[in-house]
Amino acid sequence: MKSYAIEVRDFRKIYGDFVAVDGVNFVVERGEVFGLLGPNGAGKTSTLECLEGIRQPTAGHLDVLGIDPARDARKLHALIGVQLQTSGLPGNMKVDEAMAFICAYHRTAPRYDLLDRLGLAEKRESQYEGLSVGQQRRLALALAIAHRPQVLFLDEPTAGLDVGSRTELHQLIRELQTEGTTIVLATHDMAEAEKMADRVAILLRGRVVATGSPRELTATGDGFTKVSVRTEQSVLCTNGTEFPAVHQHSVKDDYAIYFSVDPGPTVSAILRYLEGTTDRLIDLRVERPSLEERFLEITNTGGVA
Amino acid sequence: MTALIHHFTFEFKTGLRNSTLLLMNYLFPLAFYAMMGLVMTQINPLFRESMIPAMVVFATMSSALLGLPGPLVESREAGIYRSYKINGVPAVAILGMPALTTVFHVLIVSIIIALTGNPLFGGQAPVDWMGFALVTLVAVLCCASIGALIGVIAKDSRAVVLLSQLVYLPSMLLGGLMIPLTVLPESVRPFAMLLPASHAMQAYTGLAYGQETALAPMGSLLVLISSGLLSLGLAIYLFNWDSRNSARRGHPLMALLALVPYIVALIVTL
Repeated sequence: MKSYAIEVRDFRKIYGDFVAVDGVNFVVERGEVFGLLGPNGAGKTSTLECLEGIRQPTAGHLDVLGIDPARDARKLHALIGVQLQTSGLPGNMKVDEAMAFICAYHRTAPRYDLLDRLGLAEKRESQYEGLSVGQQRRLALALAIAHRPQVLFLDEPTAGLDVGSRTELHQLIRELQTEGTTIVLATHDMAEAEKMADRVAILLRGRVVATGSPRELTATGDGFTKVSVRTEQSVLCTNGTEFPAVHQHSVKDDYAIYFSVDPGPTVSAILRYLEGTTDRLIDLRVERPSLEERFLEITNTGGVA
Repeated sequence: MTALIHHFTFEFKTGLRNSTLLLMNYLFPLAFYAMMGLVMTQINPLFRESMIPAMVVFATMSSALLGLPGPLVESREAGIYRSYKINGVPAVAILGMPALTTVFHVLIVSIIIALTGNPLFGGQAPVDWMGFALVTLVAVLCCASIGALIGVIAKDSRAVVLLSQLVYLPSMLLGGLMIPLTVLPESVRPFAMLLPASHAMQAYTGLAYGQETALAPMGSLLVLISSGLLSLGLAIYLFNWDSRNSARRGHPLMALLALVPYIVALIVTL
């Protein structure tokens, strides 16, 4: 058995004159949560839809669980679960009916417990068109995992969900991963990707511009550490004092923020400086840049950071 | 099998839950039947002779040509087929189940019309009920297949209305429902022979009522059967899962091949 669940090699997808995906390569290991990140139009959904067997790739090699999605989509669909970004069910189909209907085609018993788990217990007799957007997405997720797929594709799974549902979804993803499910997560939500994904690939204009674990990605790039300082009199926000190893300086919400290439000397110098003033330190934070900041750095530089 | 039963049950319920389908499957044909029974039989007593088959053909066309294609297009546009595809629902079931449930709805209305036409409005009852049932079944299956084909090839919801009306309106005017084929002007008759309604009425006249017909009734039945099979085959072949995905197996104009049995029949009778 191959160690990876998904292999994408030299994958291209072209619509007319528009190149949506241009030579993408990545591998998703079995049991991994893999994040596919990128701005709108980066090629995330095209990549997912070709992996799911919904669209035909223009060129390249795609392998999901040893199956070529373009050749044997029906066999593949028995093994994968998909929550599409844009999909639907008939407006008059009831929630319970949808579960029974989809599970019948997957030849598995209906998983009504998932409806309860995803907060749809009171909506089981409601028709699909009567559900809120968040409820529709939760139902789509319940249907995607009802047949216990080996690989689960989630396209913007938390879009339109409230905080409680989002937390429940994250918990569910963790449980599925523990059970051995491989999960591919396409999202705009960097905090979600940082929290949930073991590894991510950042797509930009149809190309993979960075891959690695969120920790690896945030440790690379320009390597800045963010030092945020808040004082009683906000003296650092107004006088523009320079400190060693600081590359960039800004002010946000009463915090003086320094991006330092060497945080030790920077923090020492800030504390020494404050000791020499009448101002008093309220808060000092030393943080690695978030995945979102790293993502913005990469996308703003066109993927060369 | 369980999946198909679930699918059929859901589609059948849709025919009753969806207000448009309820209108096209039941309310419109039954209201029109009541109106024609009350008014037309008074204006033209001869209408009683063909009232029952004419109203059954009308109900068939309402459900199959006006009711069936629209939801097929709307489902494709709404991404429902994408959801179905990733969950292993085959294209044959996506097309076949709505068509099959349409057949059932039409058969229910047909039974109502057949059983009440004579006692309520004095409509002439068929002399051969088996022949009547056979022609009804064939006509309904044929029209449901044509409806499915229209739903498959129509680009969007607006186009589906135009395509449906392209078959429905001429069928109403020239199909022998109001005016018998023999009374139509010679110049118009070839056009009438391109319509499934004309062949259904001819088959009813010959096989259910034992009367003389302009076309051989078994020939008309054969035209309906071959047209139904051809339409269904073309619908499955041209089926497109996704309105956003331009890749499809054949050009929509291939649907015109469904006219071949009618053209052959026309050539044979000339």
